[in-house]
Amino acid sequence: MSLDKAPHEQGQPKVGVSRRNFLKRSSLAFSAAIAITPAGALLNTSEAWGLEVKGLKPETARTLILIARDIYPHDRVPDRFYAIAVRPWDTKAASDPATAAEIEGFIAGLDKAAGNGGYVGLGWEADRVALLREASSSNAFAMLRADLVTSLYNQPALWSIFGYEGESFSKGGYINRGFNDITWL
Amino acid sequence: MAARFSLDDESVVVIVGSGAGGGTLGNELAQKGIKVVILEAGARHEYDDFINNEWASFSQLSWGDARTASGSWRVAKDFPHLPAWIVKAVGGSTTHWAGASLRFQEHEFKTATTYGNLAGANLLDWPLTLAELEPYYARAEEKMGVTRTGGRPGLPGNNNFKIMKAGATKLGYKECNTGHMAINSRPRDNRNSCQQTGFCFQGCKWGAKWSTLYTEIPKGEATGKLEVRPESHVAHIEHDASDRVTGVVYFDKDGKIQRQKARIVAVAGNSIESPRLLLNSASSKFPDGLANSSGQVGRNYMRHVTGSVYGLFEKPVHMYRGTTMAGIIRDEARHDPSRGFAGGYEFETISLGLPFMAAFLDPGAWGREFTTALDSYSNLAGMWIVGEDMPQETNRITLSETKDRFGLAVADVHVDDHANDIAMRAHGYGQGRKLYEAVGATRVFPTPPYPSTHNLGTNRMSEKPRDGVVNKWGQTHDIKNLFVSDGSQFTTGGAENPTLTIVTLAIRQAEFIAAQMQQNAI
Repeated sequence: MSLDKAPHEQGQPKVGVSRRNFLKRSSLAFSAAIAITPAGALLNTSEAWGLEVKGLKPETARTLILIARDIYPHDRVPDRFYAIAVRPWDTKAASDPATAAEIEGFIAGLDKAAGNGGYVGLGWEADRVALLREASSSNAFAMLRADLVTSLYNQPALWSIFGYEGESFSKGGYINRGFNDITWL
Repeated sequence: MAARFSLDDESVVVIVGSGAGGGTLGNELAQKGIKVVILEAGARHEYDDFINNEWASFSQLSWGDARTASGSWRVAKDFPHLPAWIVKAVGGSTTHWAGASLRFQEHEFKTATTYGNLAGANLLDWPLTLAELEPYYARAEEKMGVTRTGGRPGLPGNNNFKIMKAGATKLGYKECNTGHMAINSRPRDNRNSCQQTGFCFQGCKWGAKWSTLYTEIPKGEATGKLEVRPESHVAHIEHDASDRVTGVVYFDKDGKIQRQKARIVAVAGNSIESPRLLLNSASSKFPDGLANSSGQVGRNYMRHVTGSVYGLFEKPVHMYRGTTMAGIIRDEARHDPSRGFAGGYEFETISLGLPFMAAFLDPGAWGREFTTALDSYSNLAGMWIVGEDMPQETNRITLSETKDRFGLAVADVHVDDHANDIAMRAHGYGQGRKLYEAVGATRVFPTPPYPSTHNLGTNRMSEKPRDGVVNKWGQTHDIKNLFVSDGSQFTTGGAENPTLTIVTLAIRQAEFIAAQMQQNAI
C-alpha cells in the first residue's frame, strides 16, 4: 500500500468520503487510526494507506497529519490527503537537519504544552486549535501553514470533493458542458 | 521568415520586452520595414504548451526572479517576494491577461484638472486627450478583435456572469454586459473562438484570446524584419558622450554577456522592470539612472485599487467554467465625489481554481472560518474590483539590496495605500456584498488584493520634462532615441484594465518612431 494510489486503484474498496465512514473513523482515537509499525512507518488500515517516514520521527509525522487537518479542517477529506501534504516536510527533513530540528522542536513544544499524551492525545479539536493559536505567531507555524496551503490543495485527486473539475481543455472546455447551466436564479 | 541581425548592427531598433507594448511596437515597426530585435527575458512557450493547472502554469509563465516588497500594503506582508503576478515569457503578460479591453474615459486623461488637489496624490494631466487617442483605440480594437466593437458580437455569459447580471439588475445598475473582450466570440484572424474552457490566466490553449505571442510576433517575424531573442535578460543600456543610447548589454540564454548595438532602444519590460533597467543603467554622466533628470523614474507606481468579493450560494455556481472575466459592471466607473472618493472602479467577474482560491481568498487564514468557505467552493461566485488608484511619489520602484542570479540589483516595490484608495475599495466591497446578497448569497467574503497584475506609471508621461520621464510619444525627455513603450508611461491609471491603452499607445508610438527615423531626427 502506498499514498500515491487511491485504495480503489489498489484493489481495495474506496473508503473515506462517506458520512458513515467518517463517523466510524472519528470514533477512534487518532493515534489508533494511524498506527506506527515496528519499522517506523505509518499505517492507516481503515483508509488502506501507509507512509514511510525518513527524515522525521514517525510520531512527529503522525502528529503533523493531525495538525494539517486542524489547520485546514475538511470533514469530507480523508487522512490520506493530509498525509500526502505532510510528506514533503519529511522528505526535506531527511536532507536538511535544520528543517528537521525546526519541525521536531515545534512538535515537541506542542506536545509539552498539551501535557500527558501530547498533542494527539487531546481528544477535542477545540483544545488542539487553542494550542495552535498560541503557537501561530512562530516561524515554524508560518512555514508549515504556508507550505500546507499548496501541498494540500494542489492535489488533483481531492478536487472533486470540493466540486472543482480541474483541467478542461482536453474535454473541449465547457462550451457544451454547462458553462451557463444555472437554472436556480 | 524571422530575421537574424548581427550584434554589431547599429541600424536596428532594440525593444526590451515582448508583451502588449513591446510585442505590438515590434510588429508595427516591422510592418513599416524597420529592423527590430526584441530581447525577451523569458522563454518561448507556444500556446499548445500552456497548462490547465494553476501552480504548474504559474511555474511555467510567471516572473519568478527575486523581487522585494515594502510599505504598508497587505501584499508586502502576505507575499513579500511576489509583489506582482506578471509573466516572464515571450508574449509577456498578454499570455495570462484576462482580455478586458476598455477605453479610458475622457476625464481620466485630466485628473489634476478634474479631481483637484488631493493631499498626497501626485496627480497630473496626461499630455494627450481621448480625442487624440480615439483613432488609435479603434485600430487597437480591430487588431485585437475586441468584442462589442467593430460589429463583433459579445461573448455568451457563463454562470458567474448570470449571477452578476441578476444582482446588478436588483441594485439598479444599467451598464452590465459580457464586456469588451479581446477574446474571439467567433473565429477570426486564423484563431479559434472561445470554448469556455476557463484558465484564461494560464494562457489560452485555443489561442482565442489575443496575445502578442501568436499574433503580433509571428506577423512581425513573417516580414523578415523582426527577430525575437528569448531568454535574453537586459542588464543595462549604454550611451555615448552625446547623450544618445547606443545599445544594450544582456545575458543570453547561456548566461553569457552580449552587447547588441542599436539606433533606438524602446523599454517595455512593465512598470517594475522598466524603471529597474533605467536605474540599473546609471553611469558617471547619469548617476541617478537614464532619463531620470526629473527624479521621477520609478515613482508614481500604481497598481489599481483592487480587491475581490466572493458570494456563497445555496446552490452550485461552478464559477470556474468558461471565460474567467465573463462580465463587467461599469456604473461605478464614473467620477462622482459624492461617494467619498475621486475616480471610479469597475466590477469584473473573476474566478480562481481551488488551489489559488485556497492561497488567495484570505492569505494566512486557517481554521474552520476559512475552510468552510472552501467546502462550498462549487457554490461560490466572484467579482474583481478594479479602480483608479492615486499616484504617489513615495509609491515607487527602487533598487533593492537583493541581487538576482546575474548580480543585478532587483526591484523593490513600495506601496502605501492612499486614503482615496481605501475609501474606494471599501465602497466596492460594500456594493459587491449588496449585489450578492440581493440574489441570495448566504455568506460574502471581501478578498484582499492579489499580487499586482496591473502595474503602471513608473516612467510617467508629462508635458514638461521636470514632471515626468517621457513625452506624449513615450520618448524620454532626456534622450531622444530612448523610448518607453509599456504601461509605465501612464500618467495616471484610469479605472480600466490597461492593456488596450498600452497597445493603443504602441501603435501610435510606432508611427512617430518611423516618421522620426525617416526624417533622420533620431
